[in-house]
Amino acid sequence: MRRLLLAALIVGLAAAPVLADSDMPPAPLAYTQLPDARQEAQAQALMQTIRCLVCQGQSIADSDAELAGDMRAMVRARIAAGEKPEAIRAWLVRRYGAWVSYEPPLDRTTWLLWAAPVLFVLIGLLAARRSFRRRRG
Amino acid sequence: MKGQVKWLPLILFILLGAALTYGLAKPDNHNITSKMIGASAPSFALRPAVPGVPGLASADLANGKPHLVNIFASWCVPCVAEAPQLKAIADAGVPVVGIAVRDRPEALQRFLARNGNPFRAIGADDASQVQMAFGSSGVPESFVVDGKGMIRQQTIGPINPEDVPGVIAAVREAK
Repeated sequence: MRRLLLAALIVGLAAAPVLADSDMPPAPLAYTQLPDARQEAQAQALMQTIRCLVCQGQSIADSDAELAGDMRAMVRARIAAGEKPEAIRAWLVRRYGAWVSYEPPLDRTTWLLWAAPVLFVLIGLLAARRSFRRRRG
Repeated sequence: MKGQVKWLPLILFILLGAALTYGLAKPDNHNITSKMIGASAPSFALRPAVPGVPGLASADLANGKPHLVNIFASWCVPCVAEAPQLKAIADAGVPVVGIAVRDRPEALQRFLARNGNPFRAIGADDASQVQMAFGSSGVPESFVVDGKGMIRQQTIGPINPEDVPGVIAAVREAK
């Protein structure tokens, strides 16, 4: 019985990735750098700040998911065609929302995120001032 | 005044704890909705994914009639579960077209032979490029595209039996 369970577990583990992915090879530019080093550096910098859509904790540069590979291929092809990285980011944000970018824009929903460090320093200064004054008095 | 300030850290701590507990207890939603709803469908032209069924281009979508665009794949298990619902929608007279993501003609042919073919056209999206252009992040997903080629609605995941009347109504409304 135990052996059967173990066998079922092994089969299940082996079968899982097959079910979740296609059997097509990765897109040519998913794992191949661009010949032009400057363009590849641009593509890398962008890929490290674009969120993988299916793994969600990783950038597309870090992820081995198929869709991440296709996104890298898309980024490299567009960079090679002369498109600016920020235009590609904008194209993705237009489709998936600011969520897809690891560089949140400054807008109505994110201002607090950017302002928080300054606010905390100000609160700290005020608290320190109050406590010093009290001690002196 | 001083007595009240003394309790402030505890109150803040309880509020923070409540907020974090709420965030943890709330069901997690991993769906990434397309921001393309209300915008024109992207322009594309995909070759036929299987012999005998035409390919799909954006011009086919903006032909005055609303369509249901199903993004699917033969290797996608929920797509098998969705097949009877797509058939019911196609049988109701709704033009259903497919975008097959990362698929092989032979595999797709077997899929259609086994599960039926509700599609009037199927385009082959070999590197997920058109899927991305729609703002889709998985299979299956379905988009209602109106007669002018504008995206009206997105369904993430398989269309379940109880969703069929709603999808048919949404396509009919999208003149």
